[in-house]
Amino acid sequence: MFSNLDLQKLVFGRLTLEAIPYHEPILLITFAMVAIGGGALLGVITYYKAWAYLWTDWFTSVDHKKIGIMYVVLAIVMLVRGFSDALLMRAQQAISFGDNQGYLPPHHYDQVFTAHGVIMIFFMAMPFVTGLMNFVVPLQIGARDVAFPFLNNFSFWMTVGGAITIMLSLFVGEFARTGWLAYPPLSEGTFSPGVGVDYYIWALQIAGIGTTLSGINLIATIVKMRAPGMTMMKMPIFVWTSLCTNVLIVAAFPILTAVLVLLSLDRYVGTHFFSNDLGGNPMMYINLIWIWGHPEVYILILPAFGIFSEVTSTFSGKRLFGYASMVYATVVITILSYLVWLHHFFTMGSGASVNSFFGITTMIISIPTGAKIFNWLFTMYRGRIRYELPMMWTVAFIITFVIGGMTGVMLAVPPADFMLHNGLFLIAHFHNVIIGGVVFGLMAGVSYWFPKAFGFRLNEFWGHMSFWFWVVGFYFAFMPLYVLGFMGVTRRLSHFDDPSLQIWFVIAAFGALLIAVGIASFIIQIVVSFRNREALADLTGDPWHGRTLEWSTASPPPDYNFAFTPMVHDLDTWADMKKRGYVRPLEGYKPIHMPKNTGAGAILSAFATIFGFAMIWYIWWLAALALFAILVTAIGHTFNYRRDFYIPAEEVVATEGRRSQLLAEHA
Amino acid sequence: MTHPSTPTADGEALAFYVAEDAHAEGSTMLGFWIYLMSDCLIFAVLFATFGVLGRNYAAGPSAAELFELPTVALNTAMLLLSSITFGFAMLAMEKEKLRTTLVWMAITGLFGMAFVGLELNEFAHLIHDGATPQRSAFLSSFFTLVGTHGLHVSVGLIWIVTLMVQLGLYGLNPANKRRLMCLSMFWHFLDVVWIGVFSFVYLVSVLQ
Ligand code: HEM
Ligand SMILES: [Cu+2]
Repeated sequence: MFSNLDLQKLVFGRLTLEAIPYHEPILLITFAMVAIGGGALLGVITYYKAWAYLWTDWFTSVDHKKIGIMYVVLAIVMLVRGFSDALLMRAQQAISFGDNQGYLPPHHYDQVFTAHGVIMIFFMAMPFVTGLMNFVVPLQIGARDVAFPFLNNFSFWMTVGGAITIMLSLFVGEFARTGWLAYPPLSEGTFSPGVGVDYYIWALQIAGIGTTLSGINLIATIVKMRAPGMTMMKMPIFVWTSLCTNVLIVAAFPILTAVLVLLSLDRYVGTHFFSNDLGGNPMMYINLIWIWGHPEVYILILPAFGIFSEVTSTFSGKRLFGYASMVYATVVITILSYLVWLHHFFTMGSGASVNSFFGITTMIISIPTGAKIFNWLFTMYRGRIRYELPMMWTVAFIITFVIGGMTGVMLAVPPADFMLHNGLFLIAHFHNVIIGGVVFGLMAGVSYWFPKAFGFRLNEFWGHMSFWFWVVGFYFAFMPLYVLGFMGVTRRLSHFDDPSLQIWFVIAAFGALLIAVGIASFIIQIVVSFRNREALADLTGDPWHGRTLEWSTASPPPDYNFAFTPMVHDLDTWADMKKRGYVRPLEGYKPIHMPKNTGAGAILSAFATIFGFAMIWYIWWLAALALFAILVTAIGHTFNYRRDFYIPAEEVVATEGRRSQLLAEHA
Repeated sequence: MTHPSTPTADGEALAFYVAEDAHAEGSTMLGFWIYLMSDCLIFAVLFATFGVLGRNYAAGPSAAELFELPTVALNTAMLLLSSITFGFAMLAMEKEKLRTTLVWMAITGLFGMAFVGLELNEFAHLIHDGATPQRSAFLSSFFTLVGTHGLHVSVGLIWIVTLMVQLGLYGLNPANKRRLMCLSMFWHFLDVVWIGVFSFVYLVSVLQ
């Protein structure tokens, strides 16, 4: 017969009331804040009866523009979360010297840096990049949507599912204490028996499915759906970098999926892939995860390079300098990014010749990257530069990224790496390239395409505030870490004995506070701009005198993007059209074939999230049930054959008529 | 397609848009093929893992002691035959013969089931003899590689049944034909992977 305990185990797995961290004041306060904030948000939505609108117009939408915007919203929310973790760490390290232990006990501090790294990479940078690609690529290639619109919606919701899973770990149980790549044997069941690593695994697996599928989707879109006349060498650079990024995604994420499956088998089934007994080999994990991990950093930076290219040529009023060399550089980086992974563990016993090989390949990557920097500089040279916000971010990027690139080449020298490995120099280096490259790029992209997405520009004052606080804050926050790194300070420490180090950590904390103001200014900027949207409205659809196709349609673009599919004659298509006196067609509209909305993506992802949660807590019956539900829903969805409809010609006429009127008023 | 044109400054006429609604050709096959390549990478990782860990017997049973090649040969035959019969189903589809397509699909499904059944039987024997996935890294990587392939075949079986129902309901319409072509690629892909498993895992390990 069941005793009480057995029954409870059967129903709740290893989930008990103990898992709710009500004894940790920091978490309680966070929880209270999230609960109040979230409650208020839900209340507002309910008050304005916006649920139906959100569900039909956004959550179930297969429109690439809306999905892109939702990705970016997710990314900004997760940026706030990931940055809060960063502030926690900065505060702890600034005070925890000598007798003062700070306010975060080690077991908590370890969760914070792990969560920070995972969230920033997988749930901030990745959705941000994917969101911008989703929004921009179809518009730039003159398409009406991506190749697989339903899949796109599904991918988005899987990413959300992963994000929800990792957020849950804050309030139910704990997160991994292993660092953001969960190296075994530490991440094995023997040494990390709790739910932390399981949260890590399932959050990444659920989101990873979405990432891989959206990679496939965008490749098919770019290869198959370009407007007539747009040959490969007439694609805008952002489309090129997106293509390469998505090729990297499809060629790298399955490796992550597989290696996490193996880790799960070790943890759940008791196999011996990465254990230190019975023939397991932890180095296998470290190699495999970095074969994904190094391409991953290029997955993040290549789209940013694309954004900078678009911005530089638009705001210099010139064709991009060295388009072909930019394309080749991108492709070369794509290929080389698979030949360098070992530079992440020079110190782990590969021997001199192997280390030399990977050190040299790493240094070689700086050649195409350097070529790009020169291309941007030469594009600006003798251009009529307009220092609008996106251009300011670009200039800040060029300066900052060059510094980060140079410290990267230093780390590529194996003997130097033996001194710097696992230290704060490395932390400074990769934040230098990720913030100076990826984040600045995303900020440039947001301020550049925001008017296209919403039909009004962003407020300049708050934009400048955000820019200067971010940039100056970055230098204050991370330059001290280079110094500390040279002094031999290692990473992931929650306490220090040597008081002479403290001043550097205080400076870094000050920098983080400046960045906090930068992030706040960014959010204020959006709110202020929204309230002044009439005055900031972009009626022409082409606020920056753009050069590529997205600027040829209205802001925001109609559901169908283009009333007529454009024909491409030149690389800078829209600039070329304007130069040749293109006249917007006013009649002859046809009904437009479009995909239908569906809730299947959101539902499937909800089941996947429940499945993950049940697996984390060993609630086997729920896991089985959720898996079954996924299967039934997926199969059921394939029985739906009516997935498209036509926008009637009259509606197109009406929409385009409104635009004509606006254009006429504006002229 | 007509190309309405706008006179340009230098007098030459250029079309800037397509007046007829341009129907993009389907990208499903390309998309599915890319998916298969990503799946192929998962298998690549599992093969690599077997390559590294496949001799780590940890004083447990070795490959030569465990594998029975006749069973594996039978298993392989089942899968290869199922690929041929799926080929016949596709030929019937080309000729718009719904019933024949369904019959060949059913036969393919039976061969597939025989394959999975034989494999499960082999697993059961191994586990019964104490050669469990937990015994050594060699067995961990063996069970995972072969099991992942078997899982794929099982998913393929569910897909065959689903598609047969859909064919029965809606006939050989363009959507169903597209699905059949995807399933066909999937099935042959699994065959190719199995040839890798057969040679690399069973033959090579036993020869050593
Ligand atoms: C915005 C300002 C940011 C600040 C102030 C900040 C601060 C920090 C700090 C203090 C650490 C721990 C260093 C240590 O181990 O001693 C860290 C680690 C890390 N950060 Fe950031 N960070 C920021 C942004 C980002 C961004 C944008 C990303 C990626 C997109 C990122 C990715 C990471 C990763 C991957 C780690 C390593 C985590 C680990 O050790 O496992 N960070 N960051
Ligand atoms: Cu790397």
